[in-house]
Amino acid sequence: MNKKIEIKNLTVNYGTKDVIHNLSLDIYQNEVLAIIGPANSGKSSLLRSLNRMMDFHPTAKVSGDIKLDGESIYLDEDSTFLRRRIGMVSPLPVGLPMSIRENVTYAPRMAGCKDQKELDFIMEDCLKKAALWDEVKDRLDGLATKLSGGQQQRLTIARALSHHPEVLCLDEFSIAIDPVTTMKIEAVLHELKKNMTIVMVTNVINQAKRLGDRTAMMLHGSILDLDENEKLFNGVVKDQRTKEYIEGLFG
Amino acid sequence: MFKPSNHLLNKEIKEKKFKNLLSSITFFLFLPALIIIFWLFVKGHSALSWDFLLMDPIEGMTAGGIFPTIIGTFWLVVISVLVACPMGVIAAIYLSEYAKDNKLTRIIRLAILNLAGVPSIVHALFGLGAFVLFMKMGTSILAASLTLAVMNLPVIITSTLESLKAVPQSYREASWNVGASKLQTIRHIVLPNSLPGILTGVVFSVGRSAGETAAILFTGVAFYLPFLPKSVFDQCMALSMHLFTISTQVVGVPDAFPYATALVLILLILSVNSIAVALRSYFRMKRKW
Amino acid sequence: MEIKVTESAPLAMEWRQKKKEKPVSEKIIEGMIKTGGVSCIVLIAAILFFILKESYPFLVGAFNFKEFFFSEEWYPASVVKIRYGILALLTGTVLVTVISMLIAVPLGLACAFYISEFCSPKVREIYKILIEFLAAIPSVVWGFIAIMMINPTIIQLFDVPIGLNILNASIILALMSLPLIISVGEDALRAVPETYREAAEALGATKWEVATRILLPAAKNGLMAAALLGVGRALGETMAVLMATGHSIQIPNSIFEPGRTLTATIAAELGESPKGGEHYQALFAIGLVLFCLSFVVNLTADYLIRGRRQ
Repeated sequence: MNKKIEIKNLTVNYGTKDVIHNLSLDIYQNEVLAIIGPANSGKSSLLRSLNRMMDFHPTAKVSGDIKLDGESIYLDEDSTFLRRRIGMVSPLPVGLPMSIRENVTYAPRMAGCKDQKELDFIMEDCLKKAALWDEVKDRLDGLATKLSGGQQQRLTIARALSHHPEVLCLDEFSIAIDPVTTMKIEAVLHELKKNMTIVMVTNVINQAKRLGDRTAMMLHGSILDLDENEKLFNGVVKDQRTKEYIEGLFG
Repeated sequence: MFKPSNHLLNKEIKEKKFKNLLSSITFFLFLPALIIIFWLFVKGHSALSWDFLLMDPIEGMTAGGIFPTIIGTFWLVVISVLVACPMGVIAAIYLSEYAKDNKLTRIIRLAILNLAGVPSIVHALFGLGAFVLFMKMGTSILAASLTLAVMNLPVIITSTLESLKAVPQSYREASWNVGASKLQTIRHIVLPNSLPGILTGVVFSVGRSAGETAAILFTGVAFYLPFLPKSVFDQCMALSMHLFTISTQVVGVPDAFPYATALVLILLILSVNSIAVALRSYFRMKRKW
Repeated sequence: MEIKVTESAPLAMEWRQKKKEKPVSEKIIEGMIKTGGVSCIVLIAAILFFILKESYPFLVGAFNFKEFFFSEEWYPASVVKIRYGILALLTGTVLVTVISMLIAVPLGLACAFYISEFCSPKVREIYKILIEFLAAIPSVVWGFIAIMMINPTIIQLFDVPIGLNILNASIILALMSLPLIISVGEDALRAVPETYREAAEALGATKWEVATRILLPAAKNGLMAAALLGVGRALGETMAVLMATGHSIQIPNSIFEPGRTLTATIAAELGESPKGGEHYQALFAIGLVLFCLSFVVNLTADYLIRGRRQ
């Protein structure tokens, strides 16, 4: 399998302490990589380094190299295009202050898509994949900010899918969503991975078990363990703390 | 039964006295405001008429009306707002969306603060030196308006900055996350949602420009002009200047005239400010989040 | 609206393959924005530059530091002997500023306390409207009020010959600065976290004690800044003091005597002084003094608001 993303010696610092320290990681094409670990272990910062959202952070210092398809993501000064190739679902539900229709078609429109038929298709397609279509199909022109938290989170997922990313990053996407809907989305993710690579940060160990091909355990800014799910979740660990975390002894 | 001790009772009495003291101070401080407007009205309303508003001053400004001053003030305000507004909004966008937390940004903020604190007569000196003389505009509506624009700039920047900052950061991040550029985010999300606040700030600055006297004294306003200005390079009369003139420089002006002029000026500013306040409430209701 | 979703999607997808470079139009607009950002620095520098430019010949010529700042003889148009001493004017400025602030700061801050801590929301709304109303009155109208209303009142009340004097100007300046002091002071008080008040009240403190022992120290910086902003306003006011202080360039012996401020002198004399002449240049030099004074006041106010955070 070829490597989709190669991370070498990544160090992220927000001004005082290293949040991520000398982290190296390879992510393979079309795999689902789950990242688990307790709070403040740097999981979200890792994701945000992938799509260069760190560029917007006032005090963040990032060093190390990240390659997407063999090419460094820092090649272009402008990171806008990179973020069209990498989709990001943040943990907090955010509905942009516009209609639902405009929310889901926002990304393709900003990228230059002008064809109304195509925009309509993308809108329906992505809303269906985010398990939101049935609930909003009658009020597509209503304000997105009036949706419930769970609905806005699914809207965020729909937005992330709307620009057809090659890599989809999910940061604890199921926090605000009920279990039944979560299962629906997980089924969609399972389908989607045929066409994209998925990196998933989750606090729900079972979710990592269900969806992931491989799982990485992060603690204090470093990767303790990275292995195929079959091995990792059956006790084959490099670091004892991984086993303890999985069994719920801390976190 | 719980009976409060003497100590507590004293405290309560002291507390009440304190509250009453503050309340009276406040009330009496604001009393002048009400007395002033009332008294201006009483003394000036007899001169207020359509003739007063639409006629030119005649007989050495001891009769007639204030029409050319209204026109002059109008032009000064319009041009100064047209110049200050885009500049101010752009500067605020820079500060809110692009500026990093470094020394340059601190210097810019200090510059804005100082610009806001420069005495109006010093603005007049600047306008005289820069626009009237150096850029050879002569004493003209253009020079005076530009001077007013420089005066209003810090206020427009500050109010625009506030509106921009009121847009939650999460919206910007959500927009960046899906591959919209910074400029696109500003254009489609930040600006449209802060336009109301910007508009309100601009309308407030209209009131400020209308009342300004010192800044326009040597840059474009004349004591008296027998005709209306025909271009921006002409001088003009102004409502604020006119009040100064007929209350200090001209003899034989009927008593009610200066009061009426002051009344017109205040009512003008108040109506503009009320529009701004109404706009502010209206947009607060229609907010999209 | 029913959308027919077909198997083969009409996806052109060219927009996915767009160029990686930032479009030129974006680069141009962002360039404009960055230029606009520094425009304020350019403007304040320009103000300083032009004032220096117009006063320069005087500064290197007839200007004498000792005479300028320490002589009260301001006779720029004298036929006999031209003198440029601004002490009387400086005194005038300092006097009206100090006296007006002695009135406005304590009263204004007391007001701020009342509006922020004690009064009911409805009353607060009314006062806020009144503050905005007061703040909207232009200085020339205040000057007019000084002449027509305060003038006769002073004459009657204190039994003095003239009412256009230092006292008049101080009262007017106090009234003009009040809205600013009250609103900034109120902001400073509102910025103190509610938890401070709650904690103190839970311990049994009365509102008076909360105000003096907790809020005052906590909001100290903001309140001082409010006072300083009032000072800045009073320092730079032109029309109102021009109309209120009377016309006498001398160091007044009491607040009932007329005086002259730096600002009023420029306003009164610039029109009559020949352009480019020495008097004209000396007036610009006064403008320079004013610029520096307000610069210092504003810098201090900003430092106080920011605290020692940096």
